Amino acid sequence: MQQLTTTLLTGLTLGAVFSAFALALVMIWRSTRIVNFAQAPMAMVTTYVALVLIDAGASYWVGFVAALLSGFVLGAVIERVVVRHVEGKAELNAVILTLGLFIVLHAAAALVFGSRFRSFPAPFGVRGLTVGDSTIPLTGFGIFTLVSVLVVMGLLVALFRGTDIGLRMRAAAFGPEVARLLGVKVGRMLTLGWALASVVGSLSGLLIAGGGLVHPGYMDSVVVYGFVAAVLGGLESPGGAVVGGLSLGLTLSVVSGYVGSEVVPLAALLVLVVVLLVRPGGLFSTVHERRV
Amino acid sequence: MAERTLALPDRLRRVTDDTLGRHLLAGLVGAVVVVLLLSFLGGFRVSQLASFSYLAIAAAGLTVLTGLNGQLSLGHGAFMAIGAYTTAVLQRTELGLPLVVVLVAAVLVAGAVGVVVGLAAARLHGPYIAGATLALAIAVPGLAIFWRDLLGGEQGLTVPLPDVPAWFADAVFFLTATDPSSSRYVAYLAGLALVAVLVLLANVARSRTGRRWQAVRDDEVAAQLAGIDLGRARVLAFVVSAACAGLAGGFMAFVVRLTAPSGFTLTLSLTLLTAIVLGGLGSLTGALIGAGLLTFLPQVVTSVGGDVGLSDVQSAELAPLVYGLVMVLVILLAPGGLVGTIRLKRAERAARRAAAAGATASTGAPTSADERTRAASGTGATTGPEDPQHDAPPSTERKRSS
Repeated sequence: MQQLTTTLLTGLTLGAVFSAFALALVMIWRSTRIVNFAQAPMAMVTTYVALVLIDAGASYWVGFVAALLSGFVLGAVIERVVVRHVEGKAELNAVILTLGLFIVLHAAAALVFGSRFRSFPAPFGVRGLTVGDSTIPLTGFGIFTLVSVLVVMGLLVALFRGTDIGLRMRAAAFGPEVARLLGVKVGRMLTLGWALASVVGSLSGLLIAGGGLVHPGYMDSVVVYGFVAAVLGGLESPGGAVVGGLSLGLTLSVVSGYVGSEVVPLAALLVLVVVLLVRPGGLFSTVHERRV
Repeated sequence: MAERTLALPDRLRRVTDDTLGRHLLAGLVGAVVVVLLLSFLGGFRVSQLASFSYLAIAAAGLTVLTGLNGQLSLGHGAFMAIGAYTTAVLQRTELGLPLVVVLVAAVLVAGAVGVVVGLAAARLHGPYIAGATLALAIAVPGLAIFWRDLLGGEQGLTVPLPDVPAWFADAVFFLTATDPSSSRYVAYLAGLALVAVLVLLANVARSRTGRRWQAVRDDEVAAQLAGIDLGRARVLAFVVSAACAGLAGGFMAFVVRLTAPSGFTLTLSLTLLTAIVLGGLGSLTGALIGAGLLTFLPQVVTSVGGDVGLSDVQSAELAPLVYGLVMVLVILLAPGGLVGTIRLKRAERAARRAAAAGATASTGAPTSADERTRAASGTGATTGPEDPQHDAPPSTERKRSS
């Protein structure tokens, strides 16, 4: 029983991080039809920005905000300078381009920050909370993870549903030509979309890193889990990404707890293949499209 | 008289007019080059050539899958791992299996896994295949740790070198008057296997099967209307490609002499992708060039890094940085890669010549029909990477769907 609750609670926090990462992928996919495989190293780079600041004596929160800001800038720059040229072109080119960025960011981070493992601080305790004389396996940092992911999601919903700029962004993603005719600066909206997605990606990077070790490849497997979570939700819907992330987190945590942590990536692969074979549009798809 | 006994150049032309003849001739020349190089080069160069051979085998398989069939696999490192572990496990048994049998087993096992993955991949397209195969690349090394007893866990398995057969030792002694080491024997085999794989793949690409793969890549609906079974074509392409990667992994096990999870990280799969993108998707020559760059560039770049004043660890990261940058630049500026860009330039020149000839006299048309289509696709368009081109990789032809 104790092990089951531990497993489930770990899965829940892990799932929250996957949700955030999947959300970043979905935001970019919806606006530019590109799966951004470079999201993982982008988040890794911003985490290093935070780490450098913290090591230089700044508080955790200064590093936290700096990482999110650098994520914003990095996302905007990458979209405007590099990705803009392959938008709307062959999908193979875009995939290869993001993989090229993956390699570049990886190598650049190893060059600048070094490739050894470094520990990353957590702002809250990483031990289980004590209630009475029993310990519940929910750590302070775990609660922080859940809360920050929920807050970010709330902010995103508020942005897209409630503000003018959110409406423009949705219009630019939904029908670029029409939106352009109606006076929306589509290019600028796409840049903003990438920047925001990159902020969400950075957040997931910070949450994964908190209380653990950081090295240039520490996000590599997260891109796979985030992708699987996004596909579970259909790659189109932000809500689907959240549900997909949480259910994947729980599944993988159970696999890790009862079978072995080495087979976790394999379990993710199996989940992905089964979902794609049974429901190619994701768990929440209702419309079946047929391309002719 | 003159018609009955053809002069040698004419006979040669008759051979080169035939696709199979041309490929076999090129293969023969390649085999001679391999034997000459390996007989007279020093030990270090020989091991470098062996690494080049296995990388090129894997890249050739991948370029057929991605370039001709349009399926982007990020999981070929995993298939190499499967081939390498099969080789290591069989080689460590006491059975004393011949080297060829071990390698064939590596090919078969990788091909069998390729069937399973290919069946799943055949129903997906674009980023979905990329994501699924990416998951494969991350998942497979974990299995080696899970089955620690059989596959050796993190430390991996050391691979005993094969014995050099007597006939081979005699043949090499006849050529070079030295006894060959077993690593030289492996290098010979890898080089010759590379030549054989290239001849086979070149033939398949030009055959009915290869044309089917390209038809499926270019237009699914048209291919289906023409009676092509999409799934079968895709799975077959995937299996052929996975089998090549398995063979490459088998040779890798012998060249590196250690099979461990750390040798098959995501980087390996991405490296292979870099090789084929640099050379030009879908072109076997491009795969060879790309594999060559990947084998020989790191040394150059690392020594440059040392000269600039970087530490050894930092210089080692320069090579991937250069690969990545070049890959991004190639996609942005010349999506055809080296080979594709050269072809495009040649087509443009032919078009310009044809246009000039057409302006002076209407009879000055290009000689062959093939050249005419290339010329036609080159004229009237501005020069740029987005031009529709004959023989181009899929990336430039397929517009985004949905």
